[in-house]
Amino acid sequence: MTDHAINDHTFAMLLQQGKLQGSKCTACDAVFVPPRSLCPNCHQADMRWVLMAGTGRLLAFTCISIGPPWMVAQGYDRDHPYCSAAVELDEGPRVVARIEGVDAEHPESIQLGMRLVAQLGERGESDDASASLVFTPA
Amino acid sequence: MTKKRKLGRGVAMVGAGMSPFGMFADRDSKDLVIEAFREMVNSVDKGFEPNDLDALYLGNFTNDFFVQQSHWGAILVDALGLVPKPATRTEGACASSALAFREAVFAIASGFYDIVLVGGFEQMSKQSTEQVAEGLALAASPHERQAGFTFPGVFGAIATAYFDRYGASREHLMNVTIKSHDNARFNPKAQHQRSIREIMASRVEKATSKGAAIPSWKDEKEFLADPKANPVVAWPMHLFDCSPISDGAACLLLVGEEIATSFTDTPIYVRGLGQASGRSLHAAEDLTSLEATRSAADEAYQMADLSPGDIQFAEVHDCFSIAEILSIEDLGFFAPGTGFKAVEEGLTRLDGPKPINTSGGLKCKGHPVGATGAAQLIEVWQQLRVTADRRQIPAGDLRFGAAQSMGGTGGTCTFTILERR
Ligand SMILES: [Zn+2]
Repeated sequence: MTDHAINDHTFAMLLQQGKLQGSKCTACDAVFVPPRSLCPNCHQADMRWVLMAGTGRLLAFTCISIGPPWMVAQGYDRDHPYCSAAVELDEGPRVVARIEGVDAEHPESIQLGMRLVAQLGERGESDDASASLVFTPA
Repeated sequence: MTKKRKLGRGVAMVGAGMSPFGMFADRDSKDLVIEAFREMVNSVDKGFEPNDLDALYLGNFTNDFFVQQSHWGAILVDALGLVPKPATRTEGACASSALAFREAVFAIASGFYDIVLVGGFEQMSKQSTEQVAEGLALAASPHERQAGFTFPGVFGAIATAYFDRYGASREHLMNVTIKSHDNARFNPKAQHQRSIREIMASRVEKATSKGAAIPSWKDEKEFLADPKANPVVAWPMHLFDCSPISDGAACLLLVGEEIATSFTDTPIYVRGLGQASGRSLHAAEDLTSLEATRSAADEAYQMADLSPGDIQFAEVHDCFSIAEILSIEDLGFFAPGTGFKAVEEGLTRLDGPKPINTSGGLKCKGHPVGATGAAQLIEVWQQLRVTADRRQIPAGDLRFGAAQSMGGTGGTCTFTILERR
């Protein structure tokens, strides 16, 4: 799939290319997203890249009114909260991600368990914010 | 199964002092530590000569970032007039001085030192709220930060998972907040010493004197449900679910068990110690429980030969209201999914069977991050010595109290059981 080193740098680069990639331990078959280069179960480093479908469900979320400076720079504030969440991928691993396409001003309208799909398009030049994973309701 | 651990030599706590916690424009870390140190020295019943100290262990999270100054061990030794005594700084986010306490215990238990000072301090209020948020976020996992999570955000997400799984609601979190404010009324060191009802009354008074519309909350919960009085920070965490930005310092004195009674007739002994590390939010197996708290508690209970039912009261790490509920479950005081009911039934109040956060907790006592772990242990020490004044829990047969500290979003947890013999 790719010969690149299994680390956060490659994960972000592949995400920019529209690919949500995890790593799989060749010994115990556990899958990790973001990828781990060392299996925490086996403490061995023979890991392979594995492509995720990018679908999952909402496990937990928050709608943040007071964000860090880089979110404020994107226009988010008390009047424009944003949603961050824990998502369980259909393949099993759990990730943290931004959720778009939900009404963050009305968090009561957001349902745990809802189906989500990752937004995996080409996103141009990499920076920290755009490299973050974004899901929308399926 | 956790390994059963033991100390090579018993350790006792024989003195303690704290600065007030709050926001102090005219005092820095050094000033606050000096104040806590002086109170600690004066607290030793049979007297204590600072020159007898062997060493200092000092916890601080992020003065490097907040004050642009590192190397606090040596700076504070000098400020306290204790050159050339050795000092070691510990960092474990909000558990920083809980780690200092452990290192001091180990140093005494090994036989290397006999008399050791444990300190904790933090200076946060000179920063803007955004700077504080940025500084605190240094303790989050990189992936959480990238996904836009703040600290209140992580605990907000944990709260949605808890609500969904156990049928709890925001109203149950309000019970935690109301209790913390009630307890802090009796803590002269606390940053927020007013009950929610007293805060409501003062807002009504202010509105009246200004000729503004007078709010008509029928009770504390209506006040806490009013978005003007209690705005959202990271839903469902609102302002009154969050511990404040605080400055403060705490100092305590640990000595070898066999010399303890030369300092006081009521030493308080270290009975159980636990520390564990946890994963970040996305990798946690259960979003409604913190694995590091459970592991630290297991270790301490085993060492102490005690079970959760033996612990008569505790200070727990309520950086956010939901964290108190998770903690009292993870420490085994209440079964998973029942902590919110226990708080609702008043079981954790000052006059309940299992008082929790008698000091007012981080929420009301204040949360100067690096000072918090030591300050929690000081509250347990005072309660066991029956010197907690108006917030004293009933003194009959008080033997075991405990403190749980948590760094970051559960990355570092400690649990310490203290004993009065
Ligand atoms: Zn493996």
